[in-house]
Amino acid sequence: MIDVNSDSIGLSFSPLGDRALLLELGDHADVSIISRVRALAEHLGEQQLPGVLDLVPALYTLGVHYEPEIWRDDTGQHSPYEMLVSGIQKILPDLASLTVTEGRFYEIPVCYEGEYSEDLASLALAHDLAPEQVVAIHSASEYTVYMLGFAPGFAYLGQLDERLVCPRRETPRACVPAGSIAVANQYTGIYPAPLPGGWHIIGRTPLQLFDLSRDQPSLFSAGDRVKFVPVSAARFRELESAQS
Amino acid sequence: MSVEVLRAGVLTTVQDLGRYGMQRFGVPVSGAMDAYSLQVANRLVGNDAGAAVLEITLAGPLLKFHTDILVAVCGGDLSPMIGGKPMPMRRPVRISRGSQLVFGECVAGCRAYLAIEGGIDVPEVLGSRSTYVRAAIGGVNGRALKSGDRLVTAITDQQRFANLRDTPTYARDGFAAPHWSVQVNPERFVQQPQEIRFVAGRHWETLTAAARSSFTKEIFQVGPASDRMGYRLEGAHLEGTNAESTELGSVASEAMAFGTIQLPADGNPIVLMADRQTIGGYPRVGEVASVDLSLLAQLKPGDTLSFRRIALSEAQELMHLQELALAQISEAVQTRLQQ
Repeated sequence: MIDVNSDSIGLSFSPLGDRALLLELGDHADVSIISRVRALAEHLGEQQLPGVLDLVPALYTLGVHYEPEIWRDDTGQHSPYEMLVSGIQKILPDLASLTVTEGRFYEIPVCYEGEYSEDLASLALAHDLAPEQVVAIHSASEYTVYMLGFAPGFAYLGQLDERLVCPRRETPRACVPAGSIAVANQYTGIYPAPLPGGWHIIGRTPLQLFDLSRDQPSLFSAGDRVKFVPVSAARFRELESAQS
Repeated sequence: MSVEVLRAGVLTTVQDLGRYGMQRFGVPVSGAMDAYSLQVANRLVGNDAGAAVLEITLAGPLLKFHTDILVAVCGGDLSPMIGGKPMPMRRPVRISRGSQLVFGECVAGCRAYLAIEGGIDVPEVLGSRSTYVRAAIGGVNGRALKSGDRLVTAITDQQRFANLRDTPTYARDGFAAPHWSVQVNPERFVQQPQEIRFVAGRHWETLTAAARSSFTKEIFQVGPASDRMGYRLEGAHLEGTNAESTELGSVASEAMAFGTIQLPADGNPIVLMADRQTIGGYPRVGEVASVDLSLLAQLKPGDTLSFRRIALSEAQELMHLQELALAQISEAVQTRLQQ
């Protein structure tokens, strides 16, 4: 168990339409706030609040999708939104003492070579680095899965080393191959399927990130930890054929 | 209990009320675009409100029924016909074995919902039968229907609707239906511009006063690239926002809802629909009131709409009234069919 304690802990609610709300736990993304979002999601999940359909953790917010009919106030004084906010407040733990289960750790094989790393050279050039240095920097850090979104199983990982931070490509690609490892802003993203995308592709993993035949289709959950392990193109193909 | 797809139509998919519980893994909710019509159609054939139905878009399919079975069509008027005769909508229809149901001209709205007694029995995937075509999840092998498909429905209690089965109020070749139907207000349905109510979101105050004002005063048009994922609105550009954090038209990604109105940097709002992504990073104008999502979902590219702001409590009360109306419809149908 890791402690997600922090000095100043604020929490605010805002409606997200008439069937969802957002819990805001800060105003910027950092590892301690992300852990707190996840701890709160776990806690609310365990409490099994009635009429709650989905808990969606993001960088510093937690989305709660709910059925307003379940949270109707029979006296007519309060809206379902107000009822649920007070329902959540009643079971809110002391945020400072919240602990979160440590995420699973994955070593993800990545081929940073040739056809698998279309934007590696241009990215290296933009940062005045050699491609080998970009690979060394990218594969040196341990990353945390901040959130999943964009597509089923698409993971946003942070924090990207400052030396590699860059805006998205000006022109997005219509189709980024499945397994692509790409960077933009402070994140690394892993494409679970062929998707359009504007991130810089620096490598590819042979692993299946989202597979409906598994009990849990998504390889990653928010909070998981990841290290990228460079592999050769030959090893990539071996692993790829072992998967299918 | 089987239905054969002779012609599929442009986009005919199996949908229910959506796939909840998986958004934290990035799996979209999907489900019916017009969930109200789906629920009414289901109630009319005695199904649970959220049973799987066919969502039929613009140009519909040609279906052959290999059994006597109750069906109902609600939502957009896509001219359903059985044996060359118009099939009445918004009521239970007993269709005879061997009959063919075909959809023709799109007269009003753009999405029709065909409920079949028992519900369409495709496997549940991650808790739902809804089709999400982009990731090939749910429905018939994760895709829209194609010709040659055979749909199976769950077996139901044949005595449930004895009244309609044995003494139909009027009968035609191939089908029988009662004279009564569920009421709708047709003017409201085809009104242009359609007035869509919305609840302001937490970025509303960060929009410029000019942007807020044009959003509620201008008339928008549904853009050609609109689909089940999102409606791209054209006509009035909203000038950005005041907040520094929204530089380049983006904020930190956070959860989104059905009806979230995003404002990308180009100033053309996008309303997120059934196949929306689970999280998004554009500033939000607000969310469409859930009761008006059905009206919005029936608009097609080229149709016009305007927005009116209402309070959250009002939106939730309207939703409650809609739930009551659905319960009343369900009760009335049961009473009529079982007496």
